Amino acid sequence: MNEEIKSFTISIYTENNIGLLNRISAIFQRRHINIESLTTSQSEIDGVNRFVIVVNITEEKASKIVKQIEKQVETIRAYYHTEDQTIFTESCMFKIKSDLLFNEPQIQNIIKESYARIVTVNREFFVLEKSGRRNEIESLRRDLNAFGIMQFVRSGRIAVTKDQMKITELLTAFNNQ
Amino acid sequence: MKTQTINKKQEVAVKTERISGSEAVVRSLIAEGVDILYGYPGGAIMPVYDELFKFQDKIHHVLTRHEQGAAHAAQGYARISGKVGVAMATSGPGATNLITGIADAQIDSTPLVCITGQVFSHLLGSDAFQETDIVGISTPVTKWNCQVTKSEDIPAAIAKAFYIAKSGRPGPVLVDITKDAQVSELDFKYEKCKGVRSYMPVPKTNPEHIKAAAALINNAKKPMIVWGQGVILGQAEEELKAVIEKAGIPAAWTILGASALPTSHPLNIGMVGMHGNYAPNKLTNECDVLIAIGMRFDDRVTGDLSRYAKQAKIIHFDIDPAEINKNVQTDVAVLGNSKESLAMLLDAINTNSHELWLQEFKDLYAIEFEKVINNDINPTKEGLTMGEVLKQINIESKGHAAIVSDVGQHQMIACRYAEFTTTKSNITSGGLGTMGFALPAAIGAKMAAPNREVVAIIGDGGFQMNIQELGTIFQQKTAVKVVVLNNEFLGMVRQWQQLFFDRRYASTEMTNPNFIAIAEGYYIKARKVTKREELAEAIKEMIASKESYFLEVCVEKEDNVFPMIPSGASVSDVRLS
Ligand SMILES: Cc1ncc(C[n+]2csc(CCOP(=O)(O)OP(=O)(O)O)c2C)c(N)n1
Repeated sequence: MNEEIKSFTISIYTENNIGLLNRISAIFQRRHINIESLTTSQSEIDGVNRFVIVVNITEEKASKIVKQIEKQVETIRAYYHTEDQTIFTESCMFKIKSDLLFNEPQIQNIIKESYARIVTVNREFFVLEKSGRRNEIESLRRDLNAFGIMQFVRSGRIAVTKDQMKITELLTAFNNQ
Repeated sequence: MKTQTINKKQEVAVKTERISGSEAVVRSLIAEGVDILYGYPGGAIMPVYDELFKFQDKIHHVLTRHEQGAAHAAQGYARISGKVGVAMATSGPGATNLITGIADAQIDSTPLVCITGQVFSHLLGSDAFQETDIVGISTPVTKWNCQVTKSEDIPAAIAKAFYIAKSGRPGPVLVDITKDAQVSELDFKYEKCKGVRSYMPVPKTNPEHIKAAAALINNAKKPMIVWGQGVILGQAEEELKAVIEKAGIPAAWTILGASALPTSHPLNIGMVGMHGNYAPNKLTNECDVLIAIGMRFDDRVTGDLSRYAKQAKIIHFDIDPAEINKNVQTDVAVLGNSKESLAMLLDAINTNSHELWLQEFKDLYAIEFEKVINNDINPTKEGLTMGEVLKQINIESKGHAAIVSDVGQHQMIACRYAEFTTTKSNITSGGLGTMGFALPAAIGAKMAAPNREVVAIIGDGGFQMNIQELGTIFQQKTAVKVVVLNNEFLGMVRQWQQLFFDRRYASTEMTNPNFIAIAEGYYIKARKVTKREELAEAIKEMIASKESYFLEVCVEKEDNVFPMIPSGASVSDVRLS
């Protein structure tokens, strides 16, 4: 197995139960693995949650950690993928003083060129939203920083895989048992 | 009121009616077949205790003297019976006192259901009196845990707890129940849990993998088996024996695998690991196929991984997919229950014998016997050895005793020298190495198997870690035999200090109390042996006793346990002195 440290996206399908986040994050903590980002939400299946966790580790570690995660009673299935096996995105929001929007023509150009979306505008501030790759978000942040950002927030990565994850089959098989 | 027709005892458990949450707890336990549990009361679990009082004829509650004792007793019960052990405690300190036992059960795959009381749910998170986040605390050391805040969720939570604790690779679970859930009412109906959709307890054995394993075994010149507790948990003792005998494979055991095959079996080549036998450790690095069955390549077994069985093809049988390639890279992995997978393997392997190879084990055993074993069990020096105590116990119990050992030198001696004839006879804290384990675990073991001789072997250090459980022995009249091997040292640590810290005995010397007076203070018959001449007679008397018996044997103060693989060394560097 490749010993090189790479960015892996770990996808976990789980029951929707209190305490599971704790169990899963403890698996990373115990092995001193830093979580780069973590998102949890509903999945395509009713009553099934999905975690998307990004970590920088070796493939060997990724495969071991996935087994440990799958071992948890309430985990339905876990997978790990490299960046080129997934389609992923992050999203972010900027809160910026409204004066700037009117007084700094450059800001309008930045917004247009970055395909960011204005979510709301009022007298004091306006809010920009953008989804995309990390580097796109970072470059927008750098550009806006020059003018001053009141608040910035970025989400964890969300990702879908290029190949299938056969959770539905798995669950159907269980229900028919 | 409706009753289902199952046995009389369970009837009370399943009738549908409106009852309190605490009564539901007790009825659920009865429905799971629990007839004994270990625990300690307190405010947050009092309603359940009140119900236990009502159901005394169905469930015997054993009041241990410390919640850690309750957890270990439940472990001892589970390990000897193969059933789920149950421990109960109140919130806060009661619950946290269970943690060591839970962690021990987790690493040694012991099925345990722990029930803890919790403060009222409206107080959760408010730092209420005796509130601790026991679900959070126990998360990393349980197979599963949950908190119940509504009475109607109690039966399902307990059913799920039992199912998870005992299925697949067993382990401890914890159910925390708030006080309001205990006191409010529900329509009680109990259904055993038959499955959890996200949990596959036993992976299917792939016949192709069996074929691949058999091909390696059939072509091996120097095959060797190392089995672990997975054989006992899977009740695969017969299958293991059949495989070993058919293919003529020398087989060694990990500390938790001990007793699955009788000690006297000609293909039983002894224990592997840090203080295991010379031959199986050394020849691990010479075999051509290493067949690991229900063991997890613990670092105490493998020593330096980078120099562990590198020459061998590795076959790993395990129920837990996460164990495969965790520590040792395998060539063939066979998932599944050991009973089934070994039965499949038996059909696929050729009849064989490996006489020359087996002779290599015998030759190395002869060296170990001459240099170590003979001096341990037939000593000529003045001081008593731990080994000769074990030898006498073997003689008097005829190898039928279940040995419950604590942690330290005496543990290694007990596991090395106890002669086992019956499976599930070696109960010890393997993975966690918990001092204080043996005294309460022996209580649980004796209660689960009252007709068996149960002998606890404990060091003077570990004995004092849960010494209060003598009170439980006395109150319950549990006829365990307790042997304290007193070397006035924390012997195992002292041995390391001697070998690796230039004999600087930092805080390992113990000035001990009058153990006999303490045991007698608990009204337990007690005897102290300081001379070899008294030993055989004392052990005879102990084994003959129908009641509990406390025996202190003053052994040599600075004896060492060999063979030994220094930590970080390779299995082939095993030392005889
Ligand atoms: C709870 C706990 N604390 C500390 C240790 C570390 N430890 C391992 S063996 C040992 C010495 C045990 O001494 P004793 O019980 O007298 O047995 P002996 O080794 O002398 O047979 C110690 C302190 C441990 N295993 N468990």
